[in-house]
Amino acid sequence: MSFSTILSASLEGLRAEFVHVEADLSNGLPVFHMVGYLASEVREAGERVRTAIRNSGFEYPPKRTIINLSPATLRKRGASFDLPIAAAILASLGQIPPGSAENCLVIGELSLSGGVKKVPGILPIVMKAMEQGIQACIVPGENAPEARLVSGMQVIGVKSLRQAAEYLRTGQAPEGAAQKEDESFQKEGGGADCSKEEDILDFSELCGQENVRRAAEIAVSGGHNLLMIGPPGSGKSMTAKCIAGILPPLDIRESLEITKIYSVLGLVDEERPLIQKRPFREVHHTATRAALLGGGTVPHPGEVSLAHGGVLFLDELPEFRKSVLEVLRQPLEERSVQISRAYGNYRFPADFMLVAAMNPCPCGCYPDLRKCTCTPAQIQAYLGRISRPFLDRIDLCTEVSKAAYSELTDKRKGESSAQIRERVCRAREIQAKRYQGTDITNNAALKSSDLKTYCRLKDAENRLMEKAFEVMDLTARGFHRVIKTARTIADMDGQEEISERHLKEALSYRMADGRYWRK
Amino acid sequence: MEYEYWLACIRGIGGQKKVRLRECMKTAQAVYYIEETRLRKLEFLNEQEQNKLIQAKRQKGFADDYRRMCEKGIRFIPWFSKDYPERLREIPDCPYALYVKGSLPDMGKKRVAVIGARRCTPYGEKYAVDFARALAKCGVEVISGMARGVDGMGHRGALMGGGKTFAVLGCGVDVCYPREHIGLYVDILEQGGGILSEHPPGTAPFAQNFPARNRIISGLSDAVLVMEAGKKSGSLITVDLALEQGRDVYALPGPVNSAMSEGCNRLIRQGAGVLLSPEELLGEWELREEAPLEDGAGCAGKNGCKNEKMLESAEKLVYSCVGLYPKDIDQIIRETRLHGREVLEHLVSLELRGYIEEISKNHYILSRS
Repeated sequence: MSFSTILSASLEGLRAEFVHVEADLSNGLPVFHMVGYLASEVREAGERVRTAIRNSGFEYPPKRTIINLSPATLRKRGASFDLPIAAAILASLGQIPPGSAENCLVIGELSLSGGVKKVPGILPIVMKAMEQGIQACIVPGENAPEARLVSGMQVIGVKSLRQAAEYLRTGQAPEGAAQKEDESFQKEGGGADCSKEEDILDFSELCGQENVRRAAEIAVSGGHNLLMIGPPGSGKSMTAKCIAGILPPLDIRESLEITKIYSVLGLVDEERPLIQKRPFREVHHTATRAALLGGGTVPHPGEVSLAHGGVLFLDELPEFRKSVLEVLRQPLEERSVQISRAYGNYRFPADFMLVAAMNPCPCGCYPDLRKCTCTPAQIQAYLGRISRPFLDRIDLCTEVSKAAYSELTDKRKGESSAQIRERVCRAREIQAKRYQGTDITNNAALKSSDLKTYCRLKDAENRLMEKAFEVMDLTARGFHRVIKTARTIADMDGQEEISERHLKEALSYRMADGRYWRK
Repeated sequence: MEYEYWLACIRGIGGQKKVRLRECMKTAQAVYYIEETRLRKLEFLNEQEQNKLIQAKRQKGFADDYRRMCEKGIRFIPWFSKDYPERLREIPDCPYALYVKGSLPDMGKKRVAVIGARRCTPYGEKYAVDFARALAKCGVEVISGMARGVDGMGHRGALMGGGKTFAVLGCGVDVCYPREHIGLYVDILEQGGGILSEHPPGTAPFAQNFPARNRIISGLSDAVLVMEAGKKSGSLITVDLALEQGRDVYALPGPVNSAMSEGCNRLIRQGAGVLLSPEELLGEWELREEAPLEDGAGCAGKNGCKNEKMLESAEKLVYSCVGLYPKDIDQIIRETRLHGREVLEHLVSLELRGYIEEISKNHYILSRS
């Protein structure tokens, strides 16, 4: 048989697309021709494949070889087509029996020796294969644990082209690549962790700061955005790192969704591929728009997507370039990022909780005029770097004041993260129950149209909010955010009705009003 | 008048020398057409100044500038004009001419300067407003420099009291500096006050012009009230000038630990009048309110009426903790020994009822108005 086809796949953003790799061997001048809208790295596959076939001990007679990757309208990138091309050629040569590769997806990069190397984006591809009813996937051995996250799929991890051919010929998985048991999701400490261990601190290490602790707990309980303002050294960054330790656990669906994003960027751990802890991403203020939002000629997810389901921490908020902050407005509202290119739109999930920290003025001491050395114009310019529309998207704003000496030396430890986390989980459970059957994940994700259903206010509460709207000069968005925060506070109290005290507390965390920012 | 304007606009010759020059030549037109030989003989001008004058003579277009200025509604008042404020003429180094938008202070009325630091605390702001308002209600005209901080608050207070207020600028009267005071600038004019300067229209706000305008502020006033001044505040320059000019100086006492009141407290020790309440000052001058004063507004002893506001006891505790210097929430929690959440709730209800203000995140002060 001189013609054969092998199924493979390519990534478009987070979406996998099937690609059929066709090989045709015929008599004629021994040329190797590849077509199908290929990027240059795919074109180079030819050299790798021919050498790898020969080095794997197969005979490769001088024949006219045409490789076609279809659909021809889809741009193909990356080195993951090496293995399917090689398999297609072997099938055309009759080294693999015809029909053996039916219902099987092949993916992997080849080295000249014939070894198979890992490639990024395995998880979304295998998930797509599962959806489409494909029965088996031949993936690089290093990627096999990741591919096995998709339960029900027969995953064959191969270390070399030989092993892949062996499997296709005999249907026997190579030694050591046999289907292992499904990695159990809730296995103790089994999941990978995408944030570094040193990034996480325990709340018991934080001295005093009752006010901030409370704000942080509310923010995490409802997934609200949090801004901390305070002088240098007061513990803003420390609090943020503590927040990483009280995030609620992930369920399997969220876990896979997050792992998918990390998989596309090739950031998945080989041994423990599944991400079971919510990500905590700290972004330095020199970050560019593309780094934060995602981008590049072939759009790939940025920090906001890597923080999906977890926390995006921006320290020294006013030091970020204004244009960079402004682009965050859309993902903060829509919970996803859209990147448009001439050849299509990409949408990446970006449902993160924003935690930001800043000083109140360049020297950090305002409003303590005894210490502050900044002129009003300097303070104005400093605060002016963050626009009001951006601030309007922050649900909780709190001040972190310098800890008093007595708090620093207090031997009694504060509440530990474990205790706080327990309460956070309880509040999240209440929310999960309430929003069952909808696509709302937490209180912060409520849309203004949902407020009437889930956050109904009684007369007294309505009057309070009316007054607050006037006196505190709230915007419509700010108003809704206060109500959502109050919803979370009520959930933390285990109450279904939002009462005045919940609203009052929520109001005290609202974004500092216009005067502060205009002064 | 164009020639007078031309003379006034010459930079590099002092006001007093211009006065002598004009007295010598009788009119400004004569100064313009002065022969060089004669000019060189004038002994009170040094060579540099003579050169400046010759240079200025070459300038054309001053007649157009003058016309344009008049079209803008800016008045030009040289020192010999009958409109020139008498009190100002008395001071040493009085400006050669004033440019005025709006009106001039009424010399028949009591005039006070309300001055203080640009970087002031809510304490200084509050009392600048309170004093200016109470004084304005009694027909006192408030003069200040329209700068940020106390100056601006003084003007605001006077406007609230329904009085006239006058701003003396260090730039041209058609230049609003600082820019964010454009609203104030318009309000001052709308309420019958005026914007004054010794610099021709269009002059940019050069830093060196500002200390000099202070002598006009004090020169136009009968008394100078210093609301808040640090140890090295520019307001203390104004005080020195005021004393040279023989004006009364009053200072608002502040807490001994407040750096922003250090200058004021020192002035008091050196013998300045102590500002305890506007009523006392008005009594000294035997002035009465022209309009009835509402609920004892602006009394420095306002803290006494705190408890009459029908507050719950815990709320009262929180309220009594808040002062005119910003206090942050942790401090309030420590002082009241209440639970953090409770304090938050009380602060919000107090704020909603207008008793306190949040001036920066979690920093509260008593309401200023």
